Amino acid sequence: MIAAEDEAKTVAPARSARATPATPSRPRAGLFARWESVLVLLLVAVCAANTWASPYFLDAQNLLDSTQSFAEKALIALSMALVIIGRDIDLSIASIVALCGTVIGWLATQGVGTPGLLVASIACGTALGMFNGALVARLGLPAIVVTIGTVSLFRGISFIALGDGAYTSFPEGFDALGQGYLLGVVPYELVVLVVLAAAFHVLLHNTRVGRRLYAYGQNPDAARYSGIDVDAHRFWFFTLNGSMAGLAAALLTSRIGAARPNMASGWDLEVIAIVVLGGVGIGGGTGRMSGVILAVFVMGLLTFGLGLRNVPGIMLNIIVGALLVASVALPAILKRIEQSRRGA
Amino acid sequence: MRRLFGRRDATLALIIAALLCAIVWRAPVFASAGNLDTVINDGAILTIMALAQMHALVARGVDLSVGAVMALAGMLAALLSRAHPELPALLALGLAGGSGLVLGAANGALIAGLGMPPIVVTLGTLSVYRGLVFVISDGAWVNAHELGQSFLSFPHERLLGLTHLTWIALAVVAASYLFLHHRRAGRELFALGGNPAAARAVGIDVARRELLVYTITGTLAGLSGYLWVARYAVAYTETALGFEMQTIAACVIGGVSIRGGRGGVVGCLLGSAFLVILFNALPVIDVSPFWQMAISGATILAAVVLNARSERRRLAARRILPVAGVPAASRAT
Repeated sequence: MIAAEDEAKTVAPARSARATPATPSRPRAGLFARWESVLVLLLVAVCAANTWASPYFLDAQNLLDSTQSFAEKALIALSMALVIIGRDIDLSIASIVALCGTVIGWLATQGVGTPGLLVASIACGTALGMFNGALVARLGLPAIVVTIGTVSLFRGISFIALGDGAYTSFPEGFDALGQGYLLGVVPYELVVLVVLAAAFHVLLHNTRVGRRLYAYGQNPDAARYSGIDVDAHRFWFFTLNGSMAGLAAALLTSRIGAARPNMASGWDLEVIAIVVLGGVGIGGGTGRMSGVILAVFVMGLLTFGLGLRNVPGIMLNIIVGALLVASVALPAILKRIEQSRRGA
Repeated sequence: MRRLFGRRDATLALIIAALLCAIVWRAPVFASAGNLDTVINDGAILTIMALAQMHALVARGVDLSVGAVMALAGMLAALLSRAHPELPALLALGLAGGSGLVLGAANGALIAGLGMPPIVVTLGTLSVYRGLVFVISDGAWVNAHELGQSFLSFPHERLLGLTHLTWIALAVVAASYLFLHHRRAGRELFALGGNPAAARAVGIDVARRELLVYTITGTLAGLSGYLWVARYAVAYTETALGFEMQTIAACVIGGVSIRGGRGGVVGCLLGSAFLVILFNALPVIDVSPFWQMAISGATILAAVVLNARSERRRLAARRILPVAGVPAASRAT
């Protein structure tokens, strides 16, 4: 992903890294402000359409409950955004979820309690994320091929362990993780999502790590020349992505009460679609956490609304795919129009 | 001969030979004529699609929608055959290839026309095309007894001892070889994959070449969609699910660089052969099919580690000074 040839301005690297956000991206910053307004409009449109289509949509408890169905994916989207801003990609998260689920399913049969299972799931995800990160950042291999390989490897191990079986016995109280409510009203999953979304927002926009991530996402060579340990950052962001997938695995396993090797299949696509819809450029260095969080709710409430109308899940694929393409095509078309106007 | 058979290809060929010896030693039945025939027919579709994928990879792109295009084109052909079982198979083949061409050109238009990243476009259309299979079939399967006789038998009919399926694969191999290694348009794909800015600077019409690439992958995916449906005698929404990963795996094992600009037909062929032999050998040597996924994942990782080693050695030998990059002006156009 980081080929030296891609970077044009290496004459005065330190200056060009600082100069990038200042001059050329001012119109782009305007575009992103607009992009978040587009997402808000989209969210309003989805809510309006759902309210019109189903009398069950605009019900506080229904809405709160519906967040459970997308909170797990949303958690991974938060960390996936960081990976993509850093010019990498991780296709293996769905397989990490499956393998973590299988591991804690097995641990549950060995008599491990609920807190132990939660910790084990996050630890397992972290280790798998480190494996990805080490291959990508330490050995310098392209992220897309490495994670295409680990997609099969991680889920394959889960298949070897379980075949077409499943682990379905879990300790007392484990179901509360994914099905329980805070004060009897707000699902735990939503609480976890809100807290972590805030934390990721601060990490990306208010810390030095976040600034460095943008710097090397924009121009890895310039960032290296200005003293940022780019590979260390990439390694830890892959690791973080694994940890979040591990957390999501514990919540998902608890919610559906079973661990199967085919669990979470297709999540890789959906999570990346959320991140790109949220305005994170696949080329790295652009995008904001607020956009990703808005996209989470657009996609989640859209899915929920279609579910209420009994639309089959695969139809959702068409909408998700079209949204994904449109969210990238629209800015590209706008930029074309802007350019031709300036040229004229 | 040396150019045709690079050192890397020779190594891979030796590894495949060793693998074959090991398998035959464990299970002599693998070398029987009947089994080898099955292996070759199984390999034909993967070979066609790995070659298609190589066009995209070489031009610094990727086509993740090939599996979905196969399912959609295969389903269209199957629906045609269900409605008119008397029609000749070539018509179904033409319909599948034609619809693949349209679907691929749609990918190409988005990528080349709007300058969108291929991975995002094809990830999106993968999802759309797969959903459309469900829409046009109402989620139902088209089974063997609903399909026309000539539709089903065409890929298995033999000409000079080889099946039509094998002949089609051989034709695609020959055409790819001529195109990628001996035609100007094909060589330009390597140039633009190696360094898009430089390719633009020397006057290569990058957008036109990209449109061509995704039209080729789409058309071949359409043809393969029909072949797949006819060979397995069923069309359903999940046809060829995840097949795009296998095509990329075959390319990576065959030494095609995911960063663009590097790859060859011979390597790609060997990569496909390696995967097909491995997958077909597992049941013969009594390994549970549940191992197949993990083994293919581990193989991809091993191949990419080895590729990176040889690539780094090559780059280290070529680079004297750190690369200064290309002038910014040439990127702006």
